[in-house]
Formats: sequence, C-alpha cells, structure tokens
Amino acid sequence: MTSNGPTSGLPALRITRRHALAGLAAGTATLAMPGLLRAQADTIRIGFPTPLTGPYAAEAKDQVRSAELAVKLVNDKGGIGGRKVELLVRDDKMNAGEAATRTLELIEKEKVHAVVGSLSSAVQLAINEVTRARGVIFVSISQSDTINEVKDFSRVTFHEALNPHMTTAAVAKHSFKPGMKIAYLVADYAFGHEILRGFKRAQAAIGAESVGEILHPIGAPDYSTFMPRLRAMKPDILCICNFGRDQANSIKQAVDFGLNKQAKIVVPVLLYTQRLGIGAEAYEGVIGGANYYWKLQDTLPSAKAFNDAYKAAYAGAYPTDYGAYGFTGMSSLLLAMEKAGGTDTDKVVAALENLTYDVAKGPQHYRKCDHQSVQSVLVLQSKAKADTPDQADPFRILAVEPASEDILRSCAELGFPS
Amino acid sequence: MDAELIAMQLFSGVALGAILVMVALGLSIIFGMLGVVNFAHGALFMVGAYAGLYVATLTGSFWWGMLIAPLAVGAFGMLIERVLIRPLYKRSVDDPLLLTFGLGYVLVESVRIGFGNEGMPFPTPPELAGVADLGIGYFPIYRLFVVGVVAVVLVLLWLGLEKTRFGLIVRAGARDPQIMRVLGVDVAKVWLMVFGLGVGLTALGGVLAAPMRSVDPEMGALVLAEAFVVTVIGGMGSLVGAVVAGLLIGIAVSMTALFAPEMATIVMFALMALVLLIRPQGLFGKPGRA
Repeated sequence: MTSNGPTSGLPALRITRRHALAGLAAGTATLAMPGLLRAQADTIRIGFPTPLTGPYAAEAKDQVRSAELAVKLVNDKGGIGGRKVELLVRDDKMNAGEAATRTLELIEKEKVHAVVGSLSSAVQLAINEVTRARGVIFVSISQSDTINEVKDFSRVTFHEALNPHMTTAAVAKHSFKPGMKIAYLVADYAFGHEILRGFKRAQAAIGAESVGEILHPIGAPDYSTFMPRLRAMKPDILCICNFGRDQANSIKQAVDFGLNKQAKIVVPVLLYTQRLGIGAEAYEGVIGGANYYWKLQDTLPSAKAFNDAYKAAYAGAYPTDYGAYGFTGMSSLLLAMEKAGGTDTDKVVAALENLTYDVAKGPQHYRKCDHQSVQSVLVLQSKAKADTPDQADPFRILAVEPASEDILRSCAELGFPS
Repeated sequence: MDAELIAMQLFSGVALGAILVMVALGLSIIFGMLGVVNFAHGALFMVGAYAGLYVATLTGSFWWGMLIAPLAVGAFGMLIERVLIRPLYKRSVDDPLLLTFGLGYVLVESVRIGFGNEGMPFPTPPELAGVADLGIGYFPIYRLFVVGVVAVVLVLLWLGLEKTRFGLIVRAGARDPQIMRVLGVDVAKVWLMVFGLGVGLTALGGVLAAPMRSVDPEMGALVLAEAFVVTVIGGMGSLVGAVVAGLLIGIAVSMTALFAPEMATIVMFALMALVLLIRPQGLFGKPGRA
C-alpha cells in the first residue's frame, strides 16, 4: 500500500516547467534566445528507476546519491562535449509493472538517452524488456544471473552489478568447508532463487551438504515462525539469502532466537547500511560478499578518489556497496559517451564494449558476449563491537577475488555461440 | 518431526498472534461501537511504532516509549474522530471508510517526509534481550514479554468494559445509541473515547512490534490486511472474536510455516475464505452485522 511518494511528485513539476519554458522560448524569443533552446535540447538525459520506497529503500537512496555524484563530477568538468548531463530519478516501488511504466515514460516522454538503475532482479528484467524493445541503452546495477543468459540478452544492456553466480562462488569459497551442514533461508523471488542456486553449486564443488531450504516472502517483517525449524536442522552455517531490510530483520531475529550461537551466519551480500542501522551485536561474525567497501582505499587510489569526492559531497559520509554501483555504472556510461563523442546508441555500445575503466574498485570491463562487468568480488566479515573503534568501519576484508572472466560462467554455458 | 519442535512452533504462533490481537481489537472496537471501518488503522500502528521510537530515543528508555506513545497516538486518534470523522456520521457508511483510507496515505507520506523512506532500527531494550530456556527450546525473552503485556492489556480491557460504569455505557451505546441519548448520556463523548482507545491499542501494538522487526513507513500495510482477516474470521465488532481469531491466525501461520513455508502467507486468507463460506458472520459475530 504505497502511494506516489514525494520523490515521484517532483518530476511532474519539472515537466510543466520545461514545457512552459520551451513554449515560451519558441513562441516569443526563438531568434533572441537560440542558446537557451539548444541548451535544453542538448542536455544528455539519463533515466534512473530505482525502488525509493519499500524494503530496499535504504540501498536505493545510496544508489541515487552516488549516481548524482558521478553526474556532478562530469558536469563540473564541463559535461560531455560541452553538453550537461541530467539525471531523472523515478521510484519504481520495486514493482515490475511500475518499473516498466516509468521506464517507458522516461523513454517516450522524457526522451532519455540511456537508462541506469534498478534494484531487484525481477524488476530489472522488466526494465530490460522495455529498453531492449526500444533500443535504449540500459546499465543495470542490480544483481541477476538471468540477464547474462542468451534468452534475455540485449545488445544495448550492460550489467554493472555482480551476478549471483560470482558472488556466491566467492562467499562460499571463504566460508563453506567440506562436510559442513548448511541451512538456507531464502527470499522467494528471482534473486533469492538465483543466489540459492549459486550457493548450492559452490557447496557441491566444496563438498558441503544442504540440510534444508526455507522460502520466505519478500518484504516479510517476521521470521520467528521459521526459527525453530532452522534450529532443528542443526546447521553449521545458516545461509540467509535475501536483501535490504529483510536481511537486517532476519539476521536480528535469528540472533534473537540464539541461532548465531549454534551456526555461523552467511549472506550473499553484506550490506553496509543495514549493518550500521541494526548495530554490531546482531551482525557480529556474519560473512558476506560485496562489490565495494570503502577500506579498499588503503590499496586502491581510485577508491580513495571516489571516497574523497563522496565525502565532500555528502557531509563526510562514506559510500556504500550498492551506492558504489550507482557510481561505477553511471561512470562507465559517461566515459563511453565521452569516447563515442555523444549519445549515438551504436557508438556508445561499441565504446562500452571496448571500455576498461577504474573509477572506484580497480580495473573493470564489460565481457563481449554477455556484457557482464568483469570485476573483483570482496568477501567481508562484520566485526565485533569491541573491534570497531571507528563506527564507519564495521567490516574486515577477508579476501578479494580478483577481476577475471574465470569467476563467471563461460559464454558457452550461457548459450552464446562460440 | 518431534513434539518439542511442534510445541515451539505453537508458541511462536501465539507470540505472533499477540501483536495481531492488539491491532484487530482496536479495529473491532471501533467498528463495533461506531460502525466505522478504519482503514487508517495500519498507518496508526506504524505511527505508534515511530512515536515509540521517538520517545524512547528522547528519554533513553523503552519503557517511556511504550507508555507515552500509545497515549499520545490515542489522543491523536481522538482528534481525528472529533475533527474528521464526526461530521460524517450522518452520511453514508462509505464516507468514513474513504476518509480513513485517504488519511492512511497522508500518515504514511508524512512519516516518509519526516523520517525518510528507508526505515529505522529499534533496538531491543537491553533488560529484555537474550533468550530464555522454556524447557521445550529457546525463545527470545522480548517475545515472552510481548505475550505478557498483551495478556495484561486484555484483562484490563475486560475489567474496564465489564466492571466499570464507562464500560456499561459503552456496551449499551453499541446496542442502542438512540436510547442512550434519551437517557441523557453524551454518546458523542463515548464514541470519542472509544475511537481513542482503539487507536491507542493499535499504537501499543506498533510499539511492541518495533523491537522485533524495526520500523518503516510500510509496516502498517501488511498488518492492516492481517487485522482485517482476523476481524472477519472472529466476527466484525466482536472483541472475543478478535482475540480468538488473532491467536488462531498466529498459530495457523506458524504451523503452516513448519510444514509448508511457502504457504504461510496464503493460509490466513484461505482460512478467511473458509469461514466466510461456512459462517459468514464470523466465529463470534452476530448475523446481520456487516
């Protein structure tokens, strides 16, 4: 039961103002102010649908802030070929239908040159359907395996986020041991299913065994009814495969029921915002993957530069994992537009395919066959309260799996002709 | 499947149902006495949780939050009744329904503007953290506390309605407001109190639920749907029905979660459909009333 949030109300105002401005300019002063008209028409416009309301709102907010930062940095340097970049953020309410409608609106009415965004594997596929049909570039910053596969492949879609396959492989490698018993609590939608499939594939390779899988509805507030059964499975690892607010709530309730005393808790992605919200006690010892952690700055100059720019823009706050996707995804697109000398779709697609970029987390590039971003995967562990003198530094980096096509499924396995 | 697991599951169901009982009771009291279907009830549950968090943060004590938030939100409920709902009593029954429906949106958006979209954590009060050994298994102390508070509230409510003069007027007013007016009772004042009471109960439910599941602007939507299911099963307007059906739903969801977790959400709606088919007025409802 959500309604049009304040965030989705603003753009409507913007349309009116723009129309009024354009009408005014065209009607009375076309000759006098050609510059104004051209400035409007020449702006590079990028649509950004993401779930600003709902259980993933915290991560979506970070995505927007980081994407805005990427746009600001480019505009501060004079834009792309003299054209300013404008970001048009829309609330997709984490609903596939809503996302498709908003995306269509961005393309048809707002005439965006490209779309970046999404934060739900199911919703991003709905956006992908629209952008594929319209031939508009889409840089997806939400996890999905399906989007890499040949049946969902789009020539104009690029997948900046990690995918469940590479995430789970890295996390399992550093947390599962041969002979371990693993119980799964899984969000019942595309992301949860793909994460579960990934973990079970890794589990089989390592020689661990599954002692049970429980599916829960996405956005569920209460997990207490699953806890007695999870406890009775006597697992060595409780693997919680969900996201956003669901992750914080399910981890907290598992700890309330004392499951952390019996099993180690492992998650696919260890969320910075949720950990800061819930506190050190509930997350203590939890292991999970990440695309980014600000501490990478100790070894990577690009991470340092990203953190510094972010801190300057947002009152000293550090960028987060899903926030970083907004930055890296948006930056890759803007770099490609720069290389292509504008917004021509074919040229930008070619530029993205040939791009190597290092804007926050070391070198990245989009693989030719499926347009998956080849990048490093971090494995993190949440520290105990006593070990966290710096509130902003709650995680310890256990491992960094280097960027390599070896951690992806092969193009042949995805169904692409070799 | 051993007996201990089933017993634990039953108990989880009771704890889950306890919160539902609080919300459904308020909904049922308001409908039973005023004939108003309060669609803002879920949003007021959420407002209760935020108010509890706000007071707890301000005073540094969960207990003040638990005490003050329901009273404050209850008073806010009285203001809503006095200013917004009372002018609609003489109009069709749909009008208060539409009004409260819209009010629910206004409350959710106001909280989003004031406190953000992303929700906030609500730490378990330290004195109630940890797990207790029930003999059949381990159970969070806080959830035991919630069951206890709800039990106390139910007893107080029962005493208030059955043993006090105010309770007598309320019960009589629900039967026949016309006669009450003739007898010189200010029915408007009674309804004001009843609306405030109903809202206060759901706000208390919100405060109690918050440390288990944190607070967010959407937390009321699901609860409202569940509370409606409870009142339909228990019988619209029946307080005993709200209590019995609330616990029944909690247990049904919990037991389904044990055997077929994917069906846990749908089971309550299936149960509602079944009750509507066999006994349309609900388990404890009087025929002819909604």
